[in-house]
Amino acid sequence: MVVTKLTRQDIEDLALGATVLGTGGGGDPYIGKLMAIQALERGGEIELMDPDVVDDDAFVVAVAGMGAPVVMIEKTPSGKEAAASLISLEKYFGRKADYIISIEAGGLNSTIPLATAAELKRPVLDGDGMGRAFPELQMVTFHLYGVKATPMSMADEKGNSVILDTVDNFWAEKIARAITVKFGGVAWISIYPMSGRKYKEAAVKYSLTKEIEIGRALNDAKKQGKNPLDVLLDVTRGYHLFTGKIVDVVRRATGGFARGEAVIEGLEDFKGSKLVIRFQNENLIAIRDGEVLASVPDLITVVDKDSARPITTERLKYGLRVAVLGIPCDPKWRSEKALEVVGPKYFGYDIEYVPIEEAVKKWG
Amino acid sequence: MAKVRIGIDVGSTHTDSVAINERNEVIHAVKARTTSDVTSGIIKSLRKLIIGGNLKTDDVVAVMFGTTHILNAIVQRKGLSKVGVLRIGAPATTAIEPMLDWPEDLRVAVEGAKYIVRGGHEYTGDEIAPLDEEEVRKAAMNFAERGVDSVAITGVFSIVNPEHELRASEIIRELLPSIPIVMSHEIGSMGLLERENATILNAASIGAMRKAIRSLRESLNDLGLQDTPMFFAQNDGTTARADFIEKYPIFTVVAPISNSLRGAYVLTGIKDAIVVDTGGTTSNIGVLTKGYPREALEIEIGGVRTNIRSPDIVAIGLAGGSIVKVSDGKVRVGPVSVGYKLIEEGISWGGSTITATDIAIAKGVMKIDDPGCDPERAKKLIPPEIVEKAYEYMVSKLEESIDKVKTSPEPETVILVGGGSLMWPKRLRGAKEVIRPKYAQSANALGAATALVGGLVEKAFSYDHIKREDAIKIASEEATRKAIMAGADPTTVEIMEVEEIALPYLPGNAVKIRVKAVGKLKL
Repeated sequence: MVVTKLTRQDIEDLALGATVLGTGGGGDPYIGKLMAIQALERGGEIELMDPDVVDDDAFVVAVAGMGAPVVMIEKTPSGKEAAASLISLEKYFGRKADYIISIEAGGLNSTIPLATAAELKRPVLDGDGMGRAFPELQMVTFHLYGVKATPMSMADEKGNSVILDTVDNFWAEKIARAITVKFGGVAWISIYPMSGRKYKEAAVKYSLTKEIEIGRALNDAKKQGKNPLDVLLDVTRGYHLFTGKIVDVVRRATGGFARGEAVIEGLEDFKGSKLVIRFQNENLIAIRDGEVLASVPDLITVVDKDSARPITTERLKYGLRVAVLGIPCDPKWRSEKALEVVGPKYFGYDIEYVPIEEAVKKWG
Repeated sequence: MAKVRIGIDVGSTHTDSVAINERNEVIHAVKARTTSDVTSGIIKSLRKLIIGGNLKTDDVVAVMFGTTHILNAIVQRKGLSKVGVLRIGAPATTAIEPMLDWPEDLRVAVEGAKYIVRGGHEYTGDEIAPLDEEEVRKAAMNFAERGVDSVAITGVFSIVNPEHELRASEIIRELLPSIPIVMSHEIGSMGLLERENATILNAASIGAMRKAIRSLRESLNDLGLQDTPMFFAQNDGTTARADFIEKYPIFTVVAPISNSLRGAYVLTGIKDAIVVDTGGTTSNIGVLTKGYPREALEIEIGGVRTNIRSPDIVAIGLAGGSIVKVSDGKVRVGPVSVGYKLIEEGISWGGSTITATDIAIAKGVMKIDDPGCDPERAKKLIPPEIVEKAYEYMVSKLEESIDKVKTSPEPETVILVGGGSLMWPKRLRGAKEVIRPKYAQSANALGAATALVGGLVEKAFSYDHIKREDAIKIASEEATRKAIMAGADPTTVEIMEVEEIALPYLPGNAVKIRVKAVGKLKL
């Protein structure tokens, strides 16, 4: 189907799927989910559009929230901020955006564009810039295809807005962070303006549908009496990397990021084995008995052993019984250039990236 | 004159009462069946205690309840008040209206009217916008027209700066002088929607709490306890006087869980341990740290997300009445339970259901002092391999839950309490010792009877704007004031705990400070 109108259940499912693709980080999609549900309750509509039918010369813009999660949950949005940022960017370009997109499929920003779409009555395209979650603005596939983050706009709930035009995407990240603080800790942004043609080339397509599928499969597994973990592996085309009990979690806050590692002792088929997961907001690397089993940009998701519900990195703690999944990332993330931006080396690990499909062969 | 305190704790199947002297020693303890209205079960238990313990009513200086009145009211959507909901946060916050993700039936039961007005603060304490007093007045008039029973006010970052909540409360008070007004900075923590939810639930429960207090008062009067002050256990393991709890009923919702943990501490004197409270249907596994329950950051009440402090526990459907099921040679125990019908349906009592208790009896671990209970019947009728498998299942399930509440693999002291606690073995994996103290079955009532009066305050500060010592002082003074309001003797109040949590990703050294003050009962 070319256009799908999202229902309340779709949004519930999408938010759960977004937590799976969030690989432990990306922020809680709860606030964005409620915004989208509220928009529907107020009679709004959220149209999800097939990316392949987009005109080459269409104007496509991503919207997102950025800043401190603790502010996001206390000074919850008016819902007009992201729309205001988009309108100010449209004024700058002298052109209305035909489609809204999300920069990341995982976590909070998976649901934010849905509410904006309902507010402004614009369709959302079924595809994002990550197919997962990452912590920095330049970590998007759009960046790999030469799309500039700026001109971008930022807005707050008071009516302030700012247009940024920076020399590169790293500067955009730096300046935007500073403005976010002045806005009171959270900013709503419209970013990565691009043509329909560029979008079709650069996006991770059908990721929103995938989130809904993942969430639905998990939500239905219980009703249908299926094993949730099998269902999740099936729908994500993921690999079952490990099952075990968390025996240690070490955290340190450095440079604004929550870094740390979790040690998991094997259970069942994995008895006698040990898995270490290193994380920085998101899960970055999984090491089994001293050997790297999976790493960014592939997705490493920790779920409850029985319910297969995803567990975020801030909730990892001693005693949890978990299963660990490895999910292949979008092929766009596997080029040499991409690995420079989001590969293990960028995050400070001196290891070579091996695609998960290859890495698991060794373990049979 | 002897000074006797009575503690009463309501569990899902039994209501326990205990009388203690000044040295916290047990004079007498009894059990009665919990009733659906809660109150009549309490009275029955109390009457049994007074008669059985030969208590002189003149000696009783305080009656201390741990009750599920409010949890039941919310879960069953019964006796709840209509609430006028005021949020101070526009132009922010309007994207998600109050009560959006509440279960429909609860929302219908509670919602009187809702307003979002301009105002609220940034994390720095600066205004997002000045408070729109005109809109607050309009809201108040509408609340009056609709005849709401109480009002709940929630302002953005009110735990940094409560000014707008206080001012709005004054304005509403002028128009609605006689109904309760609840402000969120007195209820919850950071997180607008969760704090707002808790504030609304609190406002909705005030009527039910008043009614419960009134009928308990009358019943106490009938029992000859006319002037005896009443206290109610709070979620954090402390207690507060009835007139305080009438304003903050939400602080009682999960208090019985904390009472068991506190009781385990009082019975053993051990301040840091894992406590397993086994009843008829559920076992709650929690952690004592410094003599108080370790707390969780959030709790769902009746299907609603809130961030009031509550004991951090793992609850499993495995307790005295849990039913044993055998299929394909696999044995499972629980979560279905015969509950209080154990003494009719259990094999050892001549019934036909195999329960966890029957397994423990057949295994020879547990002896029950009840003429109606015939251990030989269990030993004869349950095949030995079923006994072994079921017991192994039970123990390993408990051990797994004990492991889940730990923060490290180090073995810890495990204290067993509750009516079903006899069924557990003397050794458990992950435990350096397993203690089942005398009066373990009354730990919950004992926890209620021995509780200290507590005041809890959470505030956020930016250390760029205020010195750390000053911030801690402000929060400590407020907690002390609250403890005195809750019925503590001012000369005995001390600061029990100061917790500082840095707020991540924010400049200006933003921190949240939480202070708990406790004191002895002022009688």
